[in-house]
Amino acid sequence: MKTDVLVIGAGAAGMAAALSAAKNGATVALVDRDERTGGILNQCIHNGFGLHYFKEELTGPEYAERFSALLEKSQIKVLTDCHVHSVTPDKKALLVSPNGVFEVECKSIVYTAGARERPFGALMIPGDRPSGIFTAGVAQKYMNIENRLIGKRALILGSGDIGMIMARRLTLEGVEVVAVVERLPYSGGLLRNVIQCLEDYNIPLYLSSTVVEVRGKERLEEVVVAQVDKNYEPIPGTERVFKVDTLVLSVGLIPQVELLQNLVQFDRVSRGVLCSNIGQSTAEWIFAAGNCTVIYDLVDYVTMEGEKAGRYAALYAKGENFEKGIPIETGENVGVLFPRRYVSGEDLTVYLRSKRPIEKATLVVGNFERKYEDIMPSEMIRVKIPSQKLTGFDKLLVTLKEE
Amino acid sequence: MDRVVCVQCPVGCKIKFELSNGRIVKVEGNKCPRGLSYLEDELREPKRVVPTSVKVVGGNYPLVSVKTSAPIPKKYIPQLMEKLKKIKINAPVKAGDVIVKNIFDTGVDVVATRTVLENSK
Ligand SMILES: Cc1cc2nc3c(=O)[nH]c(=O)nc-3n(C[C@H](O)[C@H](O)[C@H](O)COP(=O)(O)OP(=O)(O)OC[C@H]3O[C@@H](n4cnc5c(N)ncnc54)[C@H](O)[C@@H]3O)c2cc1C
Ligand code: SF4
Repeated sequence: MKTDVLVIGAGAAGMAAALSAAKNGATVALVDRDERTGGILNQCIHNGFGLHYFKEELTGPEYAERFSALLEKSQIKVLTDCHVHSVTPDKKALLVSPNGVFEVECKSIVYTAGARERPFGALMIPGDRPSGIFTAGVAQKYMNIENRLIGKRALILGSGDIGMIMARRLTLEGVEVVAVVERLPYSGGLLRNVIQCLEDYNIPLYLSSTVVEVRGKERLEEVVVAQVDKNYEPIPGTERVFKVDTLVLSVGLIPQVELLQNLVQFDRVSRGVLCSNIGQSTAEWIFAAGNCTVIYDLVDYVTMEGEKAGRYAALYAKGENFEKGIPIETGENVGVLFPRRYVSGEDLTVYLRSKRPIEKATLVVGNFERKYEDIMPSEMIRVKIPSQKLTGFDKLLVTLKEE
Repeated sequence: MDRVVCVQCPVGCKIKFELSNGRIVKVEGNKCPRGLSYLEDELREPKRVVPTSVKVVGGNYPLVSVKTSAPIPKKYIPQLMEKLKKIKINAPVKAGDVIVKNIFDTGVDVVATRTVLENSK
């Protein structure tokens, strides 16, 4: 099969990229290994999506259906149940589907493979390895898509949005959630979720604490929680035992990038595909957007970045070439940052997270400055900077100057 | 000034307000007008949108996700879950279909948020 643009992954980023590439005159194939389009949105049945893009608050499935309806009306070739096995430098991809293995030849790729969850094994928690331990995304899929209840009494490790949303979901379904445990001295998610997911249901949130041991023969029986010091080391003598049959882990998402391992460069901090502000990776024919580049809080921005990458991938397929751009570097207090190169002439939308909570700071990028209050690492900062503020530099430094 | 966090959207505005004789005399921090009605509700009768799911018979998925079409008083949430647990609806279901009309006389409906097709297998 031949196509101008091949889009890998049909979540929010991929659907937007495919539609935008088609609108810019390219032939497009959109591939996903799942049986339907939408990606992670399908299992996020809570409300909280679309406020910026659609100016109304939708649930994940509703947000996804807005785009799948547009895909149906388009000329885009949508291939579901189809896994992209490999991509090679000769611009070919090998696809595996129930109907067999086949090759797709393309002129450009938009890579939108999303993120995966940090697994239990990565945490190196001592103790037994019984059943009853789930990552939040897997628990969410069991409950919201497959109608399977995962246990009776649960403890949640990690207070990011996903962990808190799962705490509420489990409670509503009759599972007793005994605690949400967070290693940091503050919640890892939106304040809104602390209120509507935990406080509304009287679920305790233990900060500066972590799980130090899991116990159980076949099924999980006990989880040991201890307080941690500034270096996240457990403080002896602070252990508490919780009798639970279920442990849900919400300990972070990692960009899924394996498929591009030998083709492009990655960002050392976010571990995502390193891109310029037009979504171009270090391989000029590969564009990327969404959670495989940096972990976003809001799907609206994923959609917008997907549209941009799709447009430029279509232009590239038609023969246009783009500058590499100047580097964008992290300065004082800046942790995760996207994008990492700036192609001049365009406005620049930057996304960043501070390394720590800051009460008041000024964001500085080139000649651009803006003041912020109550900055939290869990809340991504997004700002659009006009190109006039960025001329005359050979690299851009992004800093959060504390006041 | 007292403070509530508006939970009506992910922006999560920190709304500061002052009361005098039980009436709001000063409000700041809400980035849109919905924040004000949220604050009023929060002081009188806290309300939430409830997202959950309902069982489907004969569909390509066993569940359809649903939500209340507007926030309902928090005190109704346990009853709502009890009621929805007992409901089974027949496929197909379209996003936007009303699953329960005017729940507990609140004027709010429970609506489907996903399309579930009939099982073809
Ligand atoms: C639990 C949770 C709650 C959230 N809550 C909110 C919220 O309230 N509001 C909000 O705005 N945002 C929220 N978000 C964020 C938002 O949903 C995500 O940022 C966004 O949906 C990510 O889209 P994506 O396209 O980058 O990735 P995904 O949706 O993960 O899509 C990636 C797709 O790529 C496919 N894929 C990967 N590799 C391959 C391959 N080799 N071959 C074929 N297909 C492949 C996968 O099957 C998947 O469908 C939440 C996220 C999570 C996880
Ligand atoms: S006041 Fe408006 S913008 Fe602020 S959180 Fe509430 S709904 Fe969102």
